[in-house]
Amino acid sequence: MRRTHVQILERVLATIPIALGVAIAVFIFMRLMPGDPVDIMIGEAGGVTQEDIHALKTELGLDQSLPVQLGRYLAGLVRGDLGYSIPSSRPVAVVILEALPATMELALCSLLFALVIAVPIGVVSAVRQRSFIDRTSMAASFLGISMPAFWLGILGIIVFSLHLRWLPTSGRITYGFEPATITGLFTVDALLTGNMPALWDALKHLALPAATLGAGVAAVVARVVRSSMLEVLRADYVLFARAKGVVERAVTIRHALRNALIPTVTVVGLQVGTLLGGNMIVESIFGWPGLGRVVVDAIFSRDYPLVQAAVMVYALTFVVVNLATDVLYTYLNPKMTL
Amino acid sequence: MRALRDSPICLEGIEAIDEGRRAAPGREVRRPYDFQEAYEVRAARTRGSWGTGPLGLAVRNFLSFARQMAGNPAAVIGGVVILLYVAVAIFAPWVAPCAPDQVALSERLAPPSWIGEFPLGTDQLGRDILSRIIYGARVSILVGVLTIAISVTVGVGLGVVAGYFRGSFDRIVSRFTDLLLAFPYLIFVIGAMAVLGPGFWNLIWALSFKGWVEFYRLARAEVMSEKTREYVEAARALGRSHAAIICSEILPNVVHSILVLGTLRMGNMIVLESSLSFLGLGIPPRIPAWGSMVNDGRRYMLTAWWVATLPGLALVGLVLAINLVGEALRDVLDPRLKEG
Repeated sequence: MRRTHVQILERVLATIPIALGVAIAVFIFMRLMPGDPVDIMIGEAGGVTQEDIHALKTELGLDQSLPVQLGRYLAGLVRGDLGYSIPSSRPVAVVILEALPATMELALCSLLFALVIAVPIGVVSAVRQRSFIDRTSMAASFLGISMPAFWLGILGIIVFSLHLRWLPTSGRITYGFEPATITGLFTVDALLTGNMPALWDALKHLALPAATLGAGVAAVVARVVRSSMLEVLRADYVLFARAKGVVERAVTIRHALRNALIPTVTVVGLQVGTLLGGNMIVESIFGWPGLGRVVVDAIFSRDYPLVQAAVMVYALTFVVVNLATDVLYTYLNPKMTL
Repeated sequence: MRALRDSPICLEGIEAIDEGRRAAPGREVRRPYDFQEAYEVRAARTRGSWGTGPLGLAVRNFLSFARQMAGNPAAVIGGVVILLYVAVAIFAPWVAPCAPDQVALSERLAPPSWIGEFPLGTDQLGRDILSRIIYGARVSILVGVLTIAISVTVGVGLGVVAGYFRGSFDRIVSRFTDLLLAFPYLIFVIGAMAVLGPGFWNLIWALSFKGWVEFYRLARAEVMSEKTREYVEAARALGRSHAAIICSEILPNVVHSILVLGTLRMGNMIVLESSLSFLGLGIPPRIPAWGSMVNDGRRYMLTAWWVATLPGLALVGLVLAINLVGEALRDVLDPRLKEG
């Protein structure tokens, strides 16, 4: 057990150079952008003198040498200072923190949706291999893998919002229904304050975006659960459990599924990248006021500090989730070393 | 004997045993048979009528591969659909009923009708959707083929060198790939397109800039494991140069898994391209592309569902076909890549 802790610590430390690399890559990226921020800020205002430009550059620290700028930038990052959004002059960190709860709520619900659907499907498909259920659900998950999220979302809106009128087309909650802010996640806040109308409204707004984003993940996870279940069901300990006279249901769930979930954890961790990327698309389709939509809007308004900071938030989240997945994996599977 | 000769399961089981590993899940030898007999089958296959030279071997390998693919209905359907898309894309000017940018404002948002002038309806500018879908196939197929070609060339080139020679080159390139892997794909490409601006070639470069990493890692790992095999040592003992060993000994043995991964990733590239075009960050609006067509249709979803949905259907059809072929290739060529 002690060795495991040392290994986990090593793995955590190995993430630091990656995070630093991400920050430096983003900094270099920023310098590659056509036009520097001052040109963009001044671009629209007329009658600006060279002195003004120079003063602004000094103020923003752009007159310093690149290594100095890099040092300041990294120091700012450590303090959580990500600079200012160009059109609104608001601190980037504030803009990101405002949008983050919406994105987290959407991503978590999508993940939950995917797991609730995919794990039972994978188990049943494996237990009844080559049955009608198996073939249908594997065909469906194959379709899910090939289907782009943006199209699925559009279909969902046309069918469920516009024609059946069951669900709202966009937004996160109906105006006036917002629960008191505790965590920033509307569903959790509504539950905590016992505000049932708000919970119901938030869930109705969540349903389509979460299903759209979760469908692709569910498709991948169902296939992995199925194939690892198939492998595990052939293992000796399953045979032994059956020979002992354990009920088949208990064999499936307690002996097989628990072990089959180990490889699933890794795949789910990798799917977080899909969730993060997909939420830009899904948020933009459903007008979800999260980080993804902030980034897409920021690209169009050429708000580079915001784009860079958000890309970095995404990349670091991805790195941290992958790290957490690896650590969790060693706990689930003590034979595995990092 | 006859039945065994045509059974892929049998041969794979033998190869697995030869290599001292378990056959991939779901691919184990399922029927009882005599090992001696199976070895004879393999020997019989290697003799055949094409001679025992390298050319004969290549022809025989290809024929056996083609037989296996033809016996897989999903692969055949996928292949036919892909050929159809490619043919339509190449002959777009002759196949499409209208020019893709021909505007007819009097006909705007006309619904699909089999007997009318516009079988799949028109968009908000009265442009024929069928013609735009046909021209849109060109962008999707070109993006898929070009990004995979660039990614494979760069990734396999660097991966083979890194895996064969190791050393500081391997260390530097591998650290760089670790860094690229820290970015989720779509976010990386969105960031890159923010720098480069929309455009066909910008999109190709943005997609390829991260696309090569997976091929690099695959090629590097494959070369590292192949390098320890006897045939490589034999070639080295015969005094062959490194370049000759890489090109004529190792590469032919790793090309299978690269082909499989390349096919499976081509579908992803096409989806990424249309997702970016959907966001308005990919292909510039004047070129018809499926993603931007879906985006155009978003404002008319209630009154004209066909504008947003039909181009997406074309996209799903192509990606599905490519993935069907990719999975069939994997089952035939490289069952180890199977998930889980």
